[in-house]
Amino acid sequence: MTDLLSLAGVHTHVGRYHILQGIDFGVAEGQTTMLLGRNGAGKTSTLRTIMGLWQASAGQISLDGQRIERSATPDIARLGVGYVPESMAVFSDLSVKENLVLAARDGPLDDARLDWIFGFFPALRRFWLSRAGALSGGQKQMLSIARAIVEPRKLLLIDEPTKGLAPAIVVALIECLAEIKRRGATILMVEQNFHAAQELGDTVLVMDNGKIVHRGEMALLALDVALQERLLGLSLETHQ
Amino acid sequence: MTELAAAGALPKPKRDILPVLLPVILALAMAPLIGSGSSWVTLTVASLAMGMMIFIMASGLTLVFGLMDVLNFGHGAFIAVGAYVATLVLLPLAPYVQADSLLTNLAVLAPAALLSMAVSGALGLVVERVLILPVYGQHLKQILMTTGGLIVAEQALYALWGPQIIPLPLPTSLRGSFIIGDIAIAKYRLLAMLVGLVVFAGIQLVLNRTKIGLLIRAGVENREMVEALGYRIRRLFLGVFMVGSGLAGLGGVMWALYREQVHASMGNDLTVLVFIVVIIGGLGSIGGCFIGALLVAMVANYGGFLVPKLALVSNILLMVAILMWRPRGLYAVTSR
Repeated sequence: MTDLLSLAGVHTHVGRYHILQGIDFGVAEGQTTMLLGRNGAGKTSTLRTIMGLWQASAGQISLDGQRIERSATPDIARLGVGYVPESMAVFSDLSVKENLVLAARDGPLDDARLDWIFGFFPALRRFWLSRAGALSGGQKQMLSIARAIVEPRKLLLIDEPTKGLAPAIVVALIECLAEIKRRGATILMVEQNFHAAQELGDTVLVMDNGKIVHRGEMALLALDVALQERLLGLSLETHQ
Repeated sequence: MTELAAAGALPKPKRDILPVLLPVILALAMAPLIGSGSSWVTLTVASLAMGMMIFIMASGLTLVFGLMDVLNFGHGAFIAVGAYVATLVLLPLAPYVQADSLLTNLAVLAPAALLSMAVSGALGLVVERVLILPVYGQHLKQILMTTGGLIVAEQALYALWGPQIIPLPLPTSLRGSFIIGDIAIAKYRLLAMLVGLVVFAGIQLVLNRTKIGLLIRAGVENREMVEALGYRIRRLFLGVFMVGSGLAGLGGVMWALYREQVHASMGNDLTVLVFIVVIIGGLGSIGGCFIGALLVAMVANYGGFLVPKLALVSNILLMVAILMWRPRGLYAVTSR
């Protein structure tokens, strides 16, 4: 399987801090790759660097064979990258509809695709004309994900989608992401919730101190408690 | 999936109408203090007209602040340049300005205003590219660069037009007042109110009914996410900067006609006033800017009538009072 996204020797400096210290990995087309690691390991920085929100200070990033490490964020997005940030970053002053209208960059909203999205997230249909700022945390996360998939994207970068959500919402969200994955999406997802990672991930990358310290199949990591404890400091059983 | 659907109804959004009511409350509260009904009407109309002109000048600045976090202390230059450019049309065509026909007057006034907006907008393009682009994200340098730009613009106006104050008489048909009983309402003030309302409605229409407007509102809130959606916000900002500069030019023409004179330091003089309005309203908020402009004008007019000695500090006192009540302005749009 070919890599849709590949990083080679990527370094990122933010101010005087050396955040990413030479990371190399690939994200295979049609696969979901989980990016795990302790807080501060550099997971969010990796997504931000791919998205161009922080400029890589060295190394190469390629998307579908095209070098993007010097590209501006809007150009990277226009190559077909959808981004769901950790903060959700919905436009709270805009309605649900207006948030999605902005996300549909290439034209008017596609009714069939909207129906598909509403199948996952019925609340968005119900609160279509409501201010996004009035939505609950879970609904904002739905909107943030819907914004990333309102038009077909080559690659989805999703940063901790389950963070801060109630357990019942997390279960439902995992179902939604699994359905998006079944439709053939290529996803690179940062996740602290090991259960979610296990459910969704095909492959896994573990980061520590700005470096990739483990790569392999998600299913194998899920079975290896000793490896989980060594890499993450917690086992799957204790880290739900 | 069901949990996602069963989220219940949203809490009804609270309509924050208190700031909207402030000008009304202030006007009604002043009525008994002023005593004379005709004086109150005259002062209120003067306040509304002055407020609309200040709003036109400040509206672009608030969007520039909100959208790109740019501190443009040179905004006053666009006001002054707009006023001077208008003299290029209005003074040579003085016979048409002095003609006793509203249509003839407007036929001269409209192109003068449009030319002023175009020149101020073009100057905005140059300022953004030359002065602001190199100092994005660096507030101190922005203040230094734009303040320097304002000084250069002011001195350039002195060099081109000389140090004297240039009289700019009102068109004949806009002189005088409509008399209703013992109440006199100046015709030009009515025109200023009308133009201000049209500008306000136009901005609201663009912000709420067009994709560009959505982008501006979204960009004010989170410009990084707008870029992550694939939009080049710098281009959007340049457009907003040019339109804001053009509106400042329009405000400059209207202010010059209101004062019936043009001088090179008028932009500098108005900069503080415009900044007070933008801060009172909340950075990036057009609605807040509109109400802030009305409040500033009301305090200046009512305060000047009731306690003339307070007139010099009335706007600062107003800003302090508003910020003590709402530290991020009447309508906080950004988190700044």
